[in-house]
Amino acid sequence: MEYVKPAVLFKRSMVALGPYQEEEKPVENDMTGKSQLDLTELKKRSENFQNPFVKIKARNLSVYYGQTAALSNVSMEIRKQAVTALIGPSGCGKSTFLRTLNRMNDTIPGTRVTGKVFIDNINIYDPDINVVALRRMVGMVFQKSNPFPKSIVDNAAYGLRLHGIRDRDVLEEKVEESLRKAALWDEVKDRLHSSALELSGGQQQRLCIARALAVDPEILLMDEPASALDPISTAKIEELIHALKKDYTIVIVTHNMQQAARVSDYTAFFLLGEMVEYDHTQKIFEVPKDKRTEDYITGRFG
Amino acid sequence: MKVEGLTLKRNRSFGRARGFPKGQDSFLRSRELTKKEFHPQEWLIHQMLRVAGFSSILIIGLIFIFLFKEAVLFFTTAHPLSLIGTWDYDAWEEKNIFKVMWQAASVVPKYSLIPLICGSFLVAVPATLIAALFGIGGAVYLSEIASARTRETLKPTLELLAGIPSVVMGFFMLAVAASLIQDIFHTKFRLNAFVGALGVAVLTIPVVMTIAEDAMRAVPRELRDASYALGATRWQTILGTVIPAAVSGISAAVILGFGRALGETMVVVMATGNAALVTGNVFSSVRTMTANIAAELGAVAQGSEHYYALFLVGAFLFTVTFFLNFVAEMVLNKMRSRLRM
Repeated sequence: MEYVKPAVLFKRSMVALGPYQEEEKPVENDMTGKSQLDLTELKKRSENFQNPFVKIKARNLSVYYGQTAALSNVSMEIRKQAVTALIGPSGCGKSTFLRTLNRMNDTIPGTRVTGKVFIDNINIYDPDINVVALRRMVGMVFQKSNPFPKSIVDNAAYGLRLHGIRDRDVLEEKVEESLRKAALWDEVKDRLHSSALELSGGQQQRLCIARALAVDPEILLMDEPASALDPISTAKIEELIHALKKDYTIVIVTHNMQQAARVSDYTAFFLLGEMVEYDHTQKIFEVPKDKRTEDYITGRFG
Repeated sequence: MKVEGLTLKRNRSFGRARGFPKGQDSFLRSRELTKKEFHPQEWLIHQMLRVAGFSSILIIGLIFIFLFKEAVLFFTTAHPLSLIGTWDYDAWEEKNIFKVMWQAASVVPKYSLIPLICGSFLVAVPATLIAALFGIGGAVYLSEIASARTRETLKPTLELLAGIPSVVMGFFMLAVAASLIQDIFHTKFRLNAFVGALGVAVLTIPVVMTIAEDAMRAVPRELRDASYALGATRWQTILGTVIPAAVSGISAAVILGFGRALGETMVVVMATGNAALVTGNVFSSVRTMTANIAAELGAVAQGSEHYYALFLVGAFLFTVTFFLNFVAEMVLNKMRSRLRM
């Protein structure tokens, strides 16, 4: 893949876009799972510029919980088949930003989102977007491993069953495939029908990754996936992230700056709901442009 | 060299004497650390709270002992088989037949529990089914669908429903609902098990709903998030994640509701017709164990066989509800430990 600096990409997109102006409109919580429009119509409504290396584009994205702004005016582009890390102190909006990418904020009452997020050039905050299909495309792994209190197989097959797949062979095949991808198959293949809660913390988290991978997402969002794990399990998760990079676009929120440096290709630094700096991971950690980034990286606060 | 050594030694002893007191001082301090203090008022409060805490166990224990002590005396005069039926001359058949009935005031008294158990279950089972239907439905609505404001108005209203005096409910069923139900179902008897069951169900719904709702709200948010993140709709999340995770709590709610329905007295005294029949028809008049005790205990001679028979019924009822509550508590505990992640 041709390497293009994010800054260049950003400039290119700005040239193509021109000044961005858009009316602000709160998004309704639509959980009906019905979509009235087809893809072409949705594409017509969105920007006609498409950068082949960009998977996700946020434009002037702001999120309010009630009156307080958790995220203000963030615009950034996330590269395809790369790992992008979001770092910053607690409450800086990095998790909120992550949750806007599959509209998980919709499930929290009193949340208001303004601005746009484009995935493959489709605005996912369009009122006609099918949130269910969106979440199938954008998988998510949470901070606390949260397997369902069911068997390992049922956990991995949960998403598939949701989408109406009942064929046993297909389910078995998909479950094995996703467990293999999550590097868990060898450890659990002999006890697939025992409860997922009997697994260790690291295994549970990898099961959650497998569960997300089973529905064939294109983007994988990870909200501090290793923060509750021991160093060995963490290393396994990080290895896994490396392996998954070639097939998925991965966005990872992390508190651990060493982890961000180890796993990510790009890093965005958030502070007080704003995105302060976004660049190659190496640059962020070696030659940060912003004073605040430097202070955070060197451990002066946070 | 010599001088240096001397000064060093001196300095050391000087430092110890000032900064790190050895000997008596530190010994005293350690004794202070291990000394136990006794505060009489704290001890008193502690003991009073302990009595309050254990009193419920004590009271239950005493009731248990009293009830069973009286109940056992029934067998000093009566045969255990008489709890099922009694041989008696039947004027109609003109011979002795085995009568499965409760006729405590008859010339040959009959103390069969079968019609009473029939009656109790004919009221409690339909009541529990109705209460489970509305209770679980309402619990799903309250915990998963209703907005915070709706919940805040609906929940206190429901708890108000639990506070309806059962005699008022019984009166309403007797005076108003019974005729209506007879018109709808064209039943032979105006007062029957179904009328009683409806009244009991209304009183049981809040019990089921509150416990089932608690169980569903105890399902961690992370599980719902996981389901939504996999592209589940709200209904898929409720049916596929929340209810399976809370199923133990929901069953406990139903079991407790059943115990409540079995123990309900006033509504059934007033609305079920009070005929101790052996029947499987919900539209026939029945007499439950509770109604039987309530109706007869006031008119019975203390220490008579009939008196002890009523205690036996009470002991049986107590055992059944105690067992149901015990099972429900076990099931709830199991759920709590399963959801603790």
